[in-house]
Amino acid sequence: MSVMTYNGAAIIAMAGKDCVGIAADRRLGVQLTTIATDFPKIFQMQPKLFVGLAGLGTDVQTLKNLLEFRMNLYKLKEERDMSPKVLSHMLGKILYSKRFGPYFVEPIVAGLDESNKPFLSTMDLIGATSEEKDFVVSGTCTGNMFGMCESLYKPNMEAEELFETLAQALLSSVDRDAVSGWGGIVHIITKEGVLTKELKGRQD
Amino acid sequence: MDTVIGVQYKDGVIIAADQANARSILIYQSNLDKIKQLTSHSAMGVSGPNCDLVQFTEYISKNLQLYELRHEGTKLSTKAQANFCRNELAVALRKGPYQVSALLGGFDLTTQKPSLYYLDYMGTLQKVPFGAQGYAQYFTLSTMDREYRENLDETAALDIIGKAIHELQSRFLIKQNNFIIKVIDQDGVRVHSQGADPADT
Repeated sequence: MSVMTYNGAAIIAMAGKDCVGIAADRRLGVQLTTIATDFPKIFQMQPKLFVGLAGLGTDVQTLKNLLEFRMNLYKLKEERDMSPKVLSHMLGKILYSKRFGPYFVEPIVAGLDESNKPFLSTMDLIGATSEEKDFVVSGTCTGNMFGMCESLYKPNMEAEELFETLAQALLSSVDRDAVSGWGGIVHIITKEGVLTKELKGRQD
Repeated sequence: MDTVIGVQYKDGVIIAADQANARSILIYQSNLDKIKQLTSHSAMGVSGPNCDLVQFTEYISKNLQLYELRHEGTKLSTKAQANFCRNELAVALRKGPYQVSALLGGFDLTTQKPSLYYLDYMGTLQKVPFGAQGYAQYFTLSTMDREYRENLDETAALDIIGKAIHELQSRFLIKQNNFIIKVIDQDGVRVHSQGADPADT
């Protein structure tokens, strides 16, 4: 039994033309039993900043609370919003601070920075960060997701096309993974706002 | 080994649990009450080693009572109670974990809505319409998936619990004769039925 595959997760984030999208599956399982089909793994930290957390359910929830707390503290002290890059670095430091007793999550940060340019980053459970220009994936079926993204992705997609690409990449990836799936949720962030859509795929 | 099952219906929540207190091949007791009342309108059905069950549930219920005493009788919502439990479990996980898996059900008087929360021993929290802990998951979740609908009434919800218990008693290897069933609704927490009276010493 691996702690990283205990609850199951699949998260993809992609960059488009002046927009980013982040998508996740909705399953909460205990190994092969499904407990719920509406478990949130993507959290809106700010109007144009989302964090996706894949891994052990309890640590997803703990880290979400911890991030919100640290973000609120930052906003009170700095009197400004946190940029995606800063959040990503802070998250990396939080994870490394537990180097020898880590949080079992592999997060994704997706958002638009102050000049509405897309920002994507991912890291492992001890905070090794990687910023990307095209797409980032995390979860129990990263092999599948990398394959789907590599073939479906085109640079500079508009919001509508980005949504389609993300949705198809996610659904096809989770269909071949036993512990992720049971629906999906997609958020597309543009400078106008956020569009959220729920996906219905194979319910197994 | 412990069975805890819960179903939410239109005006309340029903939680059922087996009454055995056992370790290895020995049953110490068969009239244990594993559904601990937390506040006037909430209760938590728990599964795990007896020491952790007692320590955890008493710690939570006393802290919730303390909150009400300190805040002039303000009651915490079921969501707040569930999140408090989650936090305690998550913090304890990396120090000295409580091996307690729970189903927390409550009725909020302010919103007149019931809610049921699945809480596992590591601190994973999820609001669910129905749920089960332990081996019972493998036997009862599919029956509850089939029978559950929105806006059930109390009789229908009790019927679903009955079907789930029946499934366990016919197919689960461990014989669980006694079940205690509690209903949480507008009027509070009450015992609907019990296999054996926990008060018998």
